[in-house]
Amino acid sequence: MLNQVADLDRVFHALADPGRRLMLERLSQGPASVSELGRPLAMSLAAVVQHVQVLEASGLVRSQKTGRTRTCAINPPALRSAESWISERRTLWERRLDRLGDHLADAASSPPHIPHDDNGPLRDEPEERSE
Amino acid sequence: MTDRCVNHTTFVIERRYPASPAKVFGAWADAAAKSVWLDDPDYKSDEGADYEMDFRVGGHERFGGLTPEGTRYSYDALYYDIVPDQRIVYSYEMYSGDDRMSVSLTTVEIVPDQDGTKLTYTEQGAFLDGIDKPEDREEGTAWILDNLGKYLAAPVGS
Repeated sequence: MLNQVADLDRVFHALADPGRRLMLERLSQGPASVSELGRPLAMSLAAVVQHVQVLEASGLVRSQKTGRTRTCAINPPALRSAESWISERRTLWERRLDRLGDHLADAASSPPHIPHDDNGPLRDEPEERSE
Repeated sequence: MTDRCVNHTTFVIERRYPASPAKVFGAWADAAAKSVWLDDPDYKSDEGADYEMDFRVGGHERFGGLTPEGTRYSYDALYYDIVPDQRIVYSYEMYSGDDRMSVSLTTVEIVPDQDGTKLTYTEQGAFLDGIDKPEDREEGTAWILDNLGKYLAAPVGS
């Protein structure tokens, strides 16, 4: 469980950078070399390598050696873990909103009950003023 | 029609390893060891790869495999100079299918460094017809040398 939390932390950390998201967008079309990943980004190869390391640490990207170069590819299971976390949260809120809808429908068909506080300052009583 | 061009590149990569020069040299000299660290120890890739090495002056090292797109690549090296625990000089060429991507001269220098070893990898290459990019070769080689570090730190029982 703790491991899953740490994994998810790394996934969302990796996703929280526009450059890395651009790299993932490129990789969703197919494997690419490190320099190809960096091409649309105005940064040094060393910086691209660091981003690739963050993506790899998150599990979103895997490297494969082809000869003397490294080819990066997207790793779908890690992407699915982020996707399912979001969709589980959405489901929870959708369920809550459904319950709110039910509650509002019930409330509309029976007379509203407004809580009455006898000691509160807003009392609908005639003011007692002595003259 | 291939656009003929040559891109001459030299790159130097230095690494320090917490192992003796003899152990570092041994990782280059032994085919079983090298076939392990050439790949990422955590993730065997190089699908369909074959590996052979004849580690002596005049001997060859060869391997090949498939890219994720399914193109066959191959590597062929020839050893020129071997000084045990100190130096290895070899040339190598790489092919993508039938196209020669590059021809390189590589010098691996191994020197003692405090209680470990400093390795200096120098590659002087002619990259042909824009098939492969020198920066990818440098990055990939640095990655492979990091894998050597992992191998030396925790050699797998092989």
